[in-house]
Amino acid sequence: MIPLPPPKPEILARRDAIIAALRTLVPGEGVIGDETRLKPYETDGLSAYRQPPLAVVLPTTTEQVAAVMRYCHGNGIRVVPRGAGTSLSGGALPLADAVVIGLMRMNRILEIDFDDRLAVVEAGVTNLGITKAVEHEGFFYAPDPSSQLACMIGGNVNMNSGGAHCLKYGVTANNLLGLKLVTPEGEIVEVGGDHLDTAGYDWLGLMTGSEGMLGIVTEVTVRILRGPEGARAMLAAFKGTEIAGAAVDAIIGSGIIPVALEFMDKPCIHACEAFAHAGYPLDAEAMLIIEVEGSVAEQDFLLARIKEICARFDPISLKVATSAEESMAIWKGRKGAFGAVGRISPDYLCMDGTIPTGELPFVLKRIGEMSTQYGLQVANVFHAGDGNLHPLIMFDANNPASFRAAEDFGADILKLCVEVGGCLTGEHGVGVEKRDLMHVQFQPHELAQQRAIKTAFDPAWLLNPHKVFPLEALPQ
Amino acid sequence: MNAPDTEAGIVDAVLAAREPLAIEGNGSKRGLLRPVQAAETLSTRNLSGITLYKPTEMVLSARAGTPLPEIEATLAERGQMLAPEPPDTHALFGVRQPATIGGIVATNLSGPRRINAGSIRDHLLGIRFVNGRGEVVRSGGRVLKNVTGLDLCKLLAGSHGTLGVLTEITMKVLPATEATATLKVAVPDIATGIRALSAGLTSPYGITGAALLPMGPTALLRLEDFAESVTYRAARLREDLARFGEVSMVEAPESRLLWRSIRDADPINGGPDHAIWRLSIRPSAAPALVAALQEAFAARLLLDWGGGLVWVAGPATEEAHQAVLAATIAARGSYTLFRAPEPLRAAVAVIPPEAPALAAIAARVKAALDPAGLFNPGRMRAGQ
Repeated sequence: MIPLPPPKPEILARRDAIIAALRTLVPGEGVIGDETRLKPYETDGLSAYRQPPLAVVLPTTTEQVAAVMRYCHGNGIRVVPRGAGTSLSGGALPLADAVVIGLMRMNRILEIDFDDRLAVVEAGVTNLGITKAVEHEGFFYAPDPSSQLACMIGGNVNMNSGGAHCLKYGVTANNLLGLKLVTPEGEIVEVGGDHLDTAGYDWLGLMTGSEGMLGIVTEVTVRILRGPEGARAMLAAFKGTEIAGAAVDAIIGSGIIPVALEFMDKPCIHACEAFAHAGYPLDAEAMLIIEVEGSVAEQDFLLARIKEICARFDPISLKVATSAEESMAIWKGRKGAFGAVGRISPDYLCMDGTIPTGELPFVLKRIGEMSTQYGLQVANVFHAGDGNLHPLIMFDANNPASFRAAEDFGADILKLCVEVGGCLTGEHGVGVEKRDLMHVQFQPHELAQQRAIKTAFDPAWLLNPHKVFPLEALPQ
Repeated sequence: MNAPDTEAGIVDAVLAAREPLAIEGNGSKRGLLRPVQAAETLSTRNLSGITLYKPTEMVLSARAGTPLPEIEATLAERGQMLAPEPPDTHALFGVRQPATIGGIVATNLSGPRRINAGSIRDHLLGIRFVNGRGEVVRSGGRVLKNVTGLDLCKLLAGSHGTLGVLTEITMKVLPATEATATLKVAVPDIATGIRALSAGLTSPYGITGAALLPMGPTALLRLEDFAESVTYRAARLREDLARFGEVSMVEAPESRLLWRSIRDADPINGGPDHAIWRLSIRPSAAPALVAALQEAFAARLLLDWGGGLVWVAGPATEEAHQAVLAATIAARGSYTLFRAPEPLRAAVAVIPPEAPALAAIAARVKAALDPAGLFNPGRMRAGQ
């Protein structure tokens, strides 16, 4: 288990006084102090880790957030920001002596402008909520993490969330214009704006993916895009992972950037097929789902080109959807992949490394060997265009040895990702989960440099101090 | 000038420095922003060469001093490109030497395709740089998706060499488009022109360039894709845009030249005694901003990014600068005094001032990277 910093006894001792003070800052139902109502806030998507906070505050305005931050800063109280709590890396995991600031009640859409192609929303608006608010005009908000029904834009900004379609549309950082945020000292500032490229240091870029360590995001100005005329998927199954990898290279090499290019290995194909009956070929070692966009004629043309490329790699099966329904059927298994694995094993860890795409066959072979070595099953889904690998490691949560083995297995996979030229996390963030692996990717002076920037924003290290960086350097 | 040919040489130069250093690549954009107060120049121009290129992984790494034309030629051989289309500013600054990839990242300059494909910083995957303590620091990497740790790539991009000396750059590269065409709409006024650009950009046809030439005025919308798509989309757009004015087609060869000149802001480049500003605003704010500027002085204007990027040329005076500043503030936008004779650049705020709370953080961030204040002092703001 990954350790948390010890709580400050003097803060725990002042618990009642702190809650009373918070109630004056956020009136009404905005402060939670009793144990049973704190329970839902003790964990997030990384549910193996649990720690109830000192208190939870649910502000409704940026000014309230600033007041709470000023109070906590003045009193040396740690703060943990929280959106929907869907982080898979423990990004919202509290501390016993910390106040959780939950942004879920700040859920208003403040402005939508189709001509300027932007929307201004509060941090607690869900990712899908933005798309829902603009889709009647044919628009959408592009980043689509698989938790998009629940996850909130404030959390997306802090984790720089990705999704299945970032090969074409980029990640959160590429779809933002501006932020309103509260600094660790409680000042309200705006970075970026309602235009592209702001002169000066790129605070917007630095804040994005900063995992709640530099400030509390309260408002977000996002770019909204007009959707394509249509989209259609095809499925291609191959006899080997290397062959499928070569087909991916050939597609990209031909100049086509599909809007999605998903890779599933054999265990994943089997799990999804058993769950969703999507008609996936069970004799395949690897399968690709490829999606293109455009008018029907454009889809036809692109899919024909891709089919022709795939045909050169001796496929077991090539299936091009001829309708939206057939596309949905092809996606059905992939979209249910996590649920499908959950049916085989109720407990699994979803890993999130990135590798140079050319290393995929080698990495899958090594993961297979590790799976035997640890005695744990693993299924792999992979955003093949951008190299983001999601191994799902299955374990038994009732058996502490099995959980430890799963964590060790996961760590070994991430070390392998770094070894072949990739990184520890492509879209889930470091959080608590990968905090102690940061030295695998960064040298001590590089971590010190990043920490110095955290210190520049938060000299007292009160904001989310237990995430991203190994604890030994945490200022006492 | 000290121009080491290894990263270790850059480290030695930084460790040996007792006085502030002017940091540059080829110095092709030395005239951008404020003049630097430094006795010595440290250049990355001899740190040259592509170090990694994997077309199927869409990634290219090069030492910071590699000339941009060399990178673009290497990419073109494999049918790829730097999608943000960085401008070639040598005519604007009246210099001969080409830009380096390090300089393009340090200034975060993107061309017309930025509206569709994102900026240089959006395509920046990884960097190596030397900080003020003489340490080589890496951020990002060579993979397309990476959220490991704080994103120092974004912080260093557009920081104009004030936070570290970039030594190696890794970029995402994309397939070059097979075909291109431009639709030209003769619009009655600026406001209608902006609406025509918005109509294109809110269509499902993936417009990759949306500019407005105030002479005419003429709205220009670029399509780039496979030939079949360009033909189909041009026909559809032509119908959609007819309500804004007469639509004509510019075919590929002429279209390429046209967008190159827009990319490099050729249409507004008068004599070197003129000042040039580059403004970033919300597109719908453009008509009022243009009117205000035209009233203030004899402004030459070029609008790109659907009206969100405004190039302005005018007299190199503080009065003109104040007028640009006032118009930009009214539009809630951002401005850069892009080129001006040195006295003006030294006298005025060449980019907007930072709010006090952010200025305090900026000073601490600068100190965290460059504690002795060695790199490009005064480049972005006086005393910073």
